[in-house]
Amino acid sequence: MTYDVLFDLGLAGVLIAIAAGAIFARGSFVSLVLFMVYGLLLAIVWVRLSAVDVALTETAIGGGVTGMLLLGAASRLRATKGSAVKAGFPARLAAGALCILVSIALGIVVYALPEVPPTLAPIAKENLASSGLGNPVAGVLFVYRALDTLLEKVVLLLALAGVWSLAQDQAWGGMPGLRVYAKPNSILVFLAQVLPPVGITVGIYMFWAGANRPGGAFQGGTVLAAMWLLVMMARLREVPAIDTLWVRQLLVVGPAIFLLIGLLGFVFADSFLAYPPDHAKPLIVIAEAALTLSIGVTLALLVAGPPERMRQ
Amino acid sequence: MKFAIDIFTVVMVSSGVVFFMAGTVGLLRFPDTLTRLHALTKVDNLGLGLIVFGLLPQAQGLLGALKLLSIWVLVQLSGAIVSQLIAQATQRSGRQT
Repeated sequence: MTYDVLFDLGLAGVLIAIAAGAIFARGSFVSLVLFMVYGLLLAIVWVRLSAVDVALTETAIGGGVTGMLLLGAASRLRATKGSAVKAGFPARLAAGALCILVSIALGIVVYALPEVPPTLAPIAKENLASSGLGNPVAGVLFVYRALDTLLEKVVLLLALAGVWSLAQDQAWGGMPGLRVYAKPNSILVFLAQVLPPVGITVGIYMFWAGANRPGGAFQGGTVLAAMWLLVMMARLREVPAIDTLWVRQLLVVGPAIFLLIGLLGFVFADSFLAYPPDHAKPLIVIAEAALTLSIGVTLALLVAGPPERMRQ
Repeated sequence: MKFAIDIFTVVMVSSGVVFFMAGTVGLLRFPDTLTRLHALTKVDNLGLGLIVFGLLPQAQGLLGALKLLSIWVLVQLSGAIVSQLIAQATQRSGRQT
């Protein structure tokens, strides 16, 4: 027991040190690398809190995709000399004051937590069996709070639309400006040939296992996105133009099927996003499969960035 | 028997940790990028290898052991390739430190 406490204390200490390092680092690159390390360590914290689903998401999103997005942003900033502009003292003072206020508020909230927090977990777990799912997290995502999950996926699409809207007029409908390393015989090409079969299997397994064990559409989709990005960066496949039909179809197939199942709930069950009893699990798995694909394509295209070149 | 296996695990994992320590010290103290990469490869190969080797008898069944081994293989693969890529990038930019 005491070893656990020591480990947790050490973990928390390292986490705070890395966070401080990320804030005070000189260059944006060092800062970002530390931020990604922070995400990975945070995942270990979630495992210690027995929240394996959250840990997987944190690794995939916090450590992986967000890091890649920020690295792309940083390299763009360097190219525009935008990073040379330092924020003025008043702005930094205001930002610091805001951070301190938020930290104090969070601290107060943590201290004000009741000894026995009010929870719906027992009721949620009791009724989980009727959905056919074994993983309570998947149950919350697709049964109890299905509307939130649906809107979350739509928000992802909106984010992609936001990124695309940064394109210049003449590049609209063209190819995203992902940096590709088009050197033949590069070792990256080898990696992009060897890793995807493994990665795609892992991605599909994560979605499939998500019904009964930690995992799910988001984590699986992120792994698929990583594999596709790897293939595109090694230039084994070109980055598709954003007005390609199959790209658009893959982007919307997940939310569309989920929405359709939700609407069918009016007919075959009693309300929107309600599943007919006996068929709940197959419907959820179908929705999750489609969502996994859509999430993968959306995340990869988010990283690929706004279209920059016209289709050749 | 259980005791002997536990001793084996402790010895192997501890030796793995030694390699992790040495690799980290090398990463921090070595003068240029290529020697730092050299230090890192020791962590990937021997450090993680010894830890996985030590944990194998503790794994839950054959499937658990295979999972551990595949983690090691995947880290080997990505570690080796990423070091190559970093080394290539250093050579291209002409910066050796």
